[in-house]
Amino acid sequence: MSTDTASDTFSSRRAGHRLRGNDLAFTVVITIICAAVLFTTLYPLYFVLIASISDPTAVSTGKVSVLPKNISFFGYQQIFEDSRIWTGYRNTLIYSVVGTALNLAVTLPAAYALSRREFRPRRPLMLMFAFTMFFSGGLIPTYLLYKDLGLLDNWLVFILPSALNVFNLIIARAFFENSLPEELFEAAMIDGVDYFRFFTTIALPLSKALISVIGLYYLVQHWNDFFTGLIFVRDYDKQPLQIVLRDILLSNQAFSGGAGGAGGSGGAYGQRYADQIKYGVIIVSTLPVIILYPFLQKYFEKGVLIGSVKG
Amino acid sequence: MSAGTSTSAPRRRSRSDTASPALDASRDRPPLKARLRRHVGRYWQLWVMLAPALVFVLVFAYVPMYGIQLAFREFDFTKGLTGGDWVGLKYFIQFFESPLFGELMRNTVMISLATLVLGFFTPIVLALVINQILHSRIRRLVQTVTYLPHFISVVVIVGMLQVFLSPSTGLITRFLAFFGIDGVNFLGSTSAFVPVYVLSDIWQHTGWNSIIYLAALAGVNTQLYEAARIDGATRLQIIRHVDIPALVPTMIILLILTMGGVLNTGFEKVFLMQNTLNLPVSEVIATYTYKIGILSSQFSYSTAIGLFNTVINFAFLVIANQISKRASDTSLW
Repeated sequence: MSTDTASDTFSSRRAGHRLRGNDLAFTVVITIICAAVLFTTLYPLYFVLIASISDPTAVSTGKVSVLPKNISFFGYQQIFEDSRIWTGYRNTLIYSVVGTALNLAVTLPAAYALSRREFRPRRPLMLMFAFTMFFSGGLIPTYLLYKDLGLLDNWLVFILPSALNVFNLIIARAFFENSLPEELFEAAMIDGVDYFRFFTTIALPLSKALISVIGLYYLVQHWNDFFTGLIFVRDYDKQPLQIVLRDILLSNQAFSGGAGGAGGSGGAYGQRYADQIKYGVIIVSTLPVIILYPFLQKYFEKGVLIGSVKG
Repeated sequence: MSAGTSTSAPRRRSRSDTASPALDASRDRPPLKARLRRHVGRYWQLWVMLAPALVFVLVFAYVPMYGIQLAFREFDFTKGLTGGDWVGLKYFIQFFESPLFGELMRNTVMISLATLVLGFFTPIVLALVINQILHSRIRRLVQTVTYLPHFISVVVIVGMLQVFLSPSTGLITRFLAFFGIDGVNFLGSTSAFVPVYVLSDIWQHTGWNSIIYLAALAGVNTQLYEAARIDGATRLQIIRHVDIPALVPTMIILLILTMGGVLNTGFEKVFLMQNTLNLPVSEVIATYTYKIGILSSQFSYSTAIGLFNTVINFAFLVIANQISKRASDTSLW
């Protein structure tokens, strides 16, 4: 809001009696920087998209730059036939949806409780939560604990340990503190509403922006989780998409049969198509996040802004 | 104060022995047991709402912290996490005397410092630039686009690096060859590892990290802009004398937070970018604890190295916070 006023000041100045050459040069520089930033951010992503449907030879010899050439869907065809990807996709979808639901169910009530100013223990409790952001037991104690809890090779390892993210808890607490008017609470109290009812019937319906933002944070965290699968899970049927992606993108196992690299019977042919598969896999795996993103984008600034108020 | 809090409590105790709020405030503090009972009576619902979060943080954060003592014990499979013999600092000394110690420290500090320094300034610059865009739709477009890469997974980022930087056929390789930078194997060279790591990190996170600065800029009092304009300041001067000073508190807070991660290189990205050719510069503490801990099951040794890492980070955080508190009155706690 205040940025609008700021730009108003600028435009009123521009309408003023003198437009300095200095300012014109400045505008040109800003425009060039923005164009460069947009290009360097978008072009690599666009290139992946056109490379995924172009003839691999044209891609590797540099003939594809603006539009796809000799369109071929061989890569996508291979991807759709690859059961590893679909298993990984299914697993990640389950982990992400169930995980995010649990995340919200744990984070939101706790954040609300910690936002109540009359609740004295909230300061020491907050300190206890925040401490874990900077100090942790480390890999091996965590590994041994999971082992004792039977979480190794168990799909719950993708859900339970990450149930609470303290950073998101702080954002949510700050939102409840700053965005819910205290009068609302006092009025509800006079009507005999208790904490449970206030939270579910008044606080939550007023917190759509918050729920969208931390919901997306959690969802992306689950979707992109590679570490958990790498360390704690051996069973390939339980592995999430990111582990499958690693095998395809980085360990040169583009073909499910294992004829990946240049060494197989496919030789150079195999290598070329492996690259096309890689481009396609990047698109297929990143698409859900990119599709979801614009819908929630408008809340981001607000969400992080609220979180930053209290540090 | 206590009268105020008791009136705002939603549920007055229904028990008959409850004193009225007015009486409450004037009376001396009741015994602990009674206060506790009153607290529970009033706030049990908040405790119920907190319970799941408390359970998760205790089990998955504090129990592993309790397990840190493994670093000072000989791990014994039959006795579990805390049952082994006490060996004191044996494993720390083993780490300090290990020929790898110097290399691991150097690599870890190199990567994180390069990311910290470069990655600290680019979001500030981007925020200042975005803040100068007068056209609100273009402004929104630049924001939307630059935030986007933040959501791409590390695996995909490293995968993109691999195809873009592959020798002779990659997009970036060919682009650089055009400018005469030729014959460098970016993925398998010791000199290219840190630049590739840092630059791709900047590509991915600059936009997202600029949000917090944009928020700070949005909070600048517009009267300051007007006053500067009346004094005949150019836009560049306004940036220097109004915008940048407005960002300083945010910069300090973020600097303190990043100081707490001096020895925290992201495990995933380094691990995924590692290969036998670049290992001399890409082996960091995080990847090493994984290898000796998970892959070769030297549990105590790995825990000791991990603890060393955490303690150094925590010390840096506390020191940076203390310095900032003295120098500028800005601090985390």
